Amino acid sequence: MRIFVCIKQVPDSAQIRVHPVTNTIMRQGVPTIINPYDLFGLEEALRLRDRFGGEVTVLSMGPPMASESLRKALGYGADRGLLLTDRFFAGSDTLATSYALSRLIEKAAEEQGMPHIVFCGKQTIDGDTAQVGPGIAQRLGLSQLTYVSAIDAVDPEQGTITVRRRADHGVQVLSSRLPAMITMLEGSNQIRRGTQNDVLRAARSDITQWNAAGVGIEDLSLCGLRGSPTVVKRVFAPSVRSEKATIVSSESGVSATASALIEAILERQPALETDLLEQASGY
Amino acid sequence: MSNTTRFDAIVVGAGPSGNAAAYTMARAGLNVLQIERGEYAGSKNVQGAILYADALEQMIPDFREEAPLERHIVEQRIWMMDDKGHTGMHHRSDDYNEERPNRYTIIRAQFDKWFNRQVRDAGATVLYETTVTDLLRDAQGRVIGVQTDREGDGYYADVVVLAEGVNALVGQRSGLRPELRAEDVALAVKEMHFLPQETIESRFNITGGEGVVIEAMGTITEGMVGTAFLYTNRESISIGIGCLVSDLSRVGKCSPYQLLDRFKAHPSIRSLLEGSEMKEYAAHLIPEGGYRAIPELAGDGWIAVGDAGHFVNAVHREGSNLAMTTGRLAAETIIDLHRQGQRCTRQALGAYRKRLENSFVMKDMKKYKDVPRMLEKQGSTIMDLYPRLMNGAAQTWFRVDGRDKKAKENAIVKAAWHARGLGLLGDAVKLARAWR
Repeated sequence: MRIFVCIKQVPDSAQIRVHPVTNTIMRQGVPTIINPYDLFGLEEALRLRDRFGGEVTVLSMGPPMASESLRKALGYGADRGLLLTDRFFAGSDTLATSYALSRLIEKAAEEQGMPHIVFCGKQTIDGDTAQVGPGIAQRLGLSQLTYVSAIDAVDPEQGTITVRRRADHGVQVLSSRLPAMITMLEGSNQIRRGTQNDVLRAARSDITQWNAAGVGIEDLSLCGLRGSPTVVKRVFAPSVRSEKATIVSSESGVSATASALIEAILERQPALETDLLEQASGY
Repeated sequence: MSNTTRFDAIVVGAGPSGNAAAYTMARAGLNVLQIERGEYAGSKNVQGAILYADALEQMIPDFREEAPLERHIVEQRIWMMDDKGHTGMHHRSDDYNEERPNRYTIIRAQFDKWFNRQVRDAGATVLYETTVTDLLRDAQGRVIGVQTDREGDGYYADVVVLAEGVNALVGQRSGLRPELRAEDVALAVKEMHFLPQETIESRFNITGGEGVVIEAMGTITEGMVGTAFLYTNRESISIGIGCLVSDLSRVGKCSPYQLLDRFKAHPSIRSLLEGSEMKEYAAHLIPEGGYRAIPELAGDGWIAVGDAGHFVNAVHREGSNLAMTTGRLAAETIIDLHRQGQRCTRQALGAYRKRLENSFVMKDMKKYKDVPRMLEKQGSTIMDLYPRLMNGAAQTWFRVDGRDKKAKENAIVKAAWHARGLGLLGDAVKLARAWR
């Protein structure tokens, strides 16, 4: 199978600090990581490769230092890494990013053939939009399978796939045709530890880099800030919320605790009691 | 791109000594594999931290252009502290604002990452998040490679450089190193406190890239052998305290972080930290046993550098420079053997010891070889009594209270005599002997 995995290098949000004086985000010295959501797709890709053979290619768009994340992905066991990097991409929103990445995918497909599956992270931890994957699928005409919790069956020969998808009120079992774009749900798997050969190969590998012209992007107005209709208006640190969690407990058993809990809820939400009683009277 | 797992040398660890060794060998054209357990070089490394330029300059003369340095040090304060204050010495000179400053404060997570980047650029292969678990040996017991915590058959090399730091787990597990003695290691804790650049500069009377270092000893360690420090970074202050592990367990009444909390609350320190925000907290062991604690440094197929070789000059608070220098000297020894087509046997690697003896490293280690023993015996006198006497004397001397000066002198002498008697003379002799 030919599998592509799109990853993004993001600042480790757990280690970001807000400058106490200027109230701006201090990015300096903050370590970068592979967007954690992307790793669920990468692991699923590696499992499919282990089952069916073939190659896993990881792709990214970002500054030259993003090649570190691609190298890390090779260390997990991916076969090759491609980086799309160009100053014209600076300031890209999800529309511009999905455009650039889809061109990179097409470029890679010229050499390797069209992938059976493109995995993307469900969303990133620094943008949280969950739009880039679907954007790529739309541009490349791939089936979209988002929020997938498990892949039940794949038949690369027939070009079919069956997955479980987490929906609002349950689990959908979806069958689709390949090629497909899949975003995996967090917790659906756990990224493996690469072997000694994997990490050695990763450390020695060159990450292929392309610029905008290299992947055939001629109209630069579709890229970066110019190609991004979304504008960040303001970045700010959220203020501390005044609400506080309280623990309701009772020494005299479960039902007493439950009563205490209901009492505590109704105390803060007086209207709820009348609402509930009204509803109950309907039955 | 070759996929062989055979190298000229494997370096275990990417701290100052490992980076120096790997860098020097890679620059000389050796095929080097460096293995670091942290997510990146520096992610797990802890130090005060002061960088002494000379040791690095020997390898990378123009390091100042790129390396992430915080402040160059223009002022050194040495404080003897009692519970209420301190008496000490300040040394400051505009000479330190030279073109190539001699000492810098650094943040190790950033500096080590940079240094390691130079190692990679020099051509070494570096693996991260990989822990060396054991040494691989041939039938004769010669070290021929390492095994790691990743699945695989190991990595092989002519020589393994153990730059794994003070705990030296690989060395211990392989029986090359004795276990650490509690008398030979200090446990230090450190915090980084964020403060705006302007606040730091006005508070410490510095401008631009200037920095101040405070080293302190006294009642802050409760009579235990130890010291405390405060270093100015660009936008933060590193503050820490450390004591010998043997003293911590013997006294048993306070943990290092309690000592640090008390140090931070000390009247001489409190106002320097006011309004700061704690950014990170770290703890580290420091090998302070000195010359006598240096273990065997080389054997068939292996060599030890840096903290793994106990190279710390506790008196002068030097460590990272010894680490870099020992790493470089080990590398030069290996390069020579490599060029001569010789195997890295115990005997051949003996040249490393000779290089060390000829350098400041062993000369300094030897000079202070008796200090750890003296401190073991005289610890509480030096760490507690003398700082008290000194601060008491200073107060007697500086207060203007109607007493005549002769009476003040007598009072100072009497206080010292009362506290220590003839021991004063003995202490002076012991100190002089240990120092010479």
